[in-house]
Amino acid sequence: MTLLSELRMGLAQTLAKLGAMSWFLVRLIALVPRALPRFGLIVQQIFNSGTQSIVIIMLSGLFVGMVLGLQGFQLLQRFGSAEALGVAAAIGLVKELGPVVTGLLFAGRAGTALASELGLMGATDQLSAMEMMAVDPVQRVVVPRFIGGVLSMPLLAAIFSVIGIYGAQLVGVQIMGVDSGSFWSQMRAGVQGRDITEGIVKSCIFGVACSLIAVYEGYYAVPTAEGIGRATTRTVVTSAVIVLFLDYLLTSAFL
Amino acid sequence: MTASTSIVEIRNLHYAASGRPIFAGLDLDIAPGRVTTILGPSGTGKTTLLRLITGQVRADSGTIRVDGEDVRTLRGDSLYALRRRMGMLFQSGALLTDLSVFENVAFPLREHTDLPERLIRMLVLMKLQAVGLRGAASLMPQELSGGMARRVALARAIVMDPEILIYDEPLAGLDPISLGMILRLIRRMNDALGLTSIVVSHDVKEMSTVADDMLLLSGGKVVAQGTPAELKSNSSDIVRQFVGGLADGPVPFHYPAPDYFHELLEREAP
Repeated sequence: MTLLSELRMGLAQTLAKLGAMSWFLVRLIALVPRALPRFGLIVQQIFNSGTQSIVIIMLSGLFVGMVLGLQGFQLLQRFGSAEALGVAAAIGLVKELGPVVTGLLFAGRAGTALASELGLMGATDQLSAMEMMAVDPVQRVVVPRFIGGVLSMPLLAAIFSVIGIYGAQLVGVQIMGVDSGSFWSQMRAGVQGRDITEGIVKSCIFGVACSLIAVYEGYYAVPTAEGIGRATTRTVVTSAVIVLFLDYLLTSAFL
Repeated sequence: MTASTSIVEIRNLHYAASGRPIFAGLDLDIAPGRVTTILGPSGTGKTTLLRLITGQVRADSGTIRVDGEDVRTLRGDSLYALRRRMGMLFQSGALLTDLSVFENVAFPLREHTDLPERLIRMLVLMKLQAVGLRGAASLMPQELSGGMARRVALARAIVMDPEILIYDEPLAGLDPISLGMILRLIRRMNDALGLTSIVVSHDVKEMSTVADDMLLLSGGKVVAQGTPAELKSNSSDIVRQFVGGLADGPVPFHYPAPDYFHELLEREAP
């Protein structure tokens, strides 16, 4: 009975938070037209969320691509079709690994930075000070960060996929000896526009989800050191679960 | 004091936080053009009162009129319009950490006006000169001492020429020199700019030197009010305890607890 009531309470809290987050998203979207004219603020946030994440994205993309090249080669060689490594790696990266791993890395790097920055601004009364200066902190601070995150994610996912393909080529062609011409030509023939669209749609949706979770958790963080720590942790955990959950839904939708 | 002479008028204010009543029928008036200090023991709701006056939190019932406008009924743009006539100095300074001192002071001007850059520069330098920090314009907030941060925040608070300036614990944690500077600035800004200053503090002695009026809050109500001299000569127990800094009195030394000996003899830990 106690377990049942706890489960019910947990579900109610989750639904309430989902509702609050959805309402916050509506508020952010409504404020986007007012934030767009000050594009400099958005560019600054693209730099913070996107540019500063490029190194970790490129390194991760390279290693994931190299592993994919190695594993793919081992598997495909068994069936005598090692030349298909290019198309296998490209589709895997563009449709799945690119958006998903970038989403997870984005949540860990940019998401936590956003949440802790906003949390700290709340704890040090910076957001209240803006309110007192008749400046809406959601419009001035949160919306540019949200837009910056949303725009950065697909670009980072694209970089991840490109570097990943290069990593797969490095291992497959340069080390394992797959024919370079076959690698690239099969990739060009096998990867369709629909695959790229799927990757772009996924990375855009993951960008909205991760950015929303980060700014929501940061903005509503309890204004203490512990509160900011908890908000940062929740950002990573919630984003990771949501990215994987959305990935399943989107993959099903694209089948 | 009549209602028409008050710039802040609070009537029958009720407010509870997390089920705990903070104010239960508070009445309060603040006269224009004067430095009014709101005193009270820690946890009595002084900062909450400022947040209620500025509309950062909503009262459960009662009226809060600021310059004739009922803060409880204001929302969105109309609340922001009222806040543009106010300046607030937070205890921490609340400077925007990613902006320089100059940009912090320029922030309200950039957000609310289309003034040319040359004029913004001139206004900012004038306000920084008024608080003695023109030379620190290029520093970042992390490079400032606590007292300097509060003086920059004061420059930012007056840059839009407000009618009311609100200070939340402006003297907390300052060294004697910074404390003297802030006290002097509170008085000087009030007189030079024709402001109404509302200062929340528990530094009775220091604030007595610059305040025109003092209010003592306790138990969610104003328990004493008057000039610093009147407050000093007030004979009520709570005023004597607070002004005299007595450890025990109406505000007890011991937090409410069960009988001491009975609890000591109990076997289980509380």
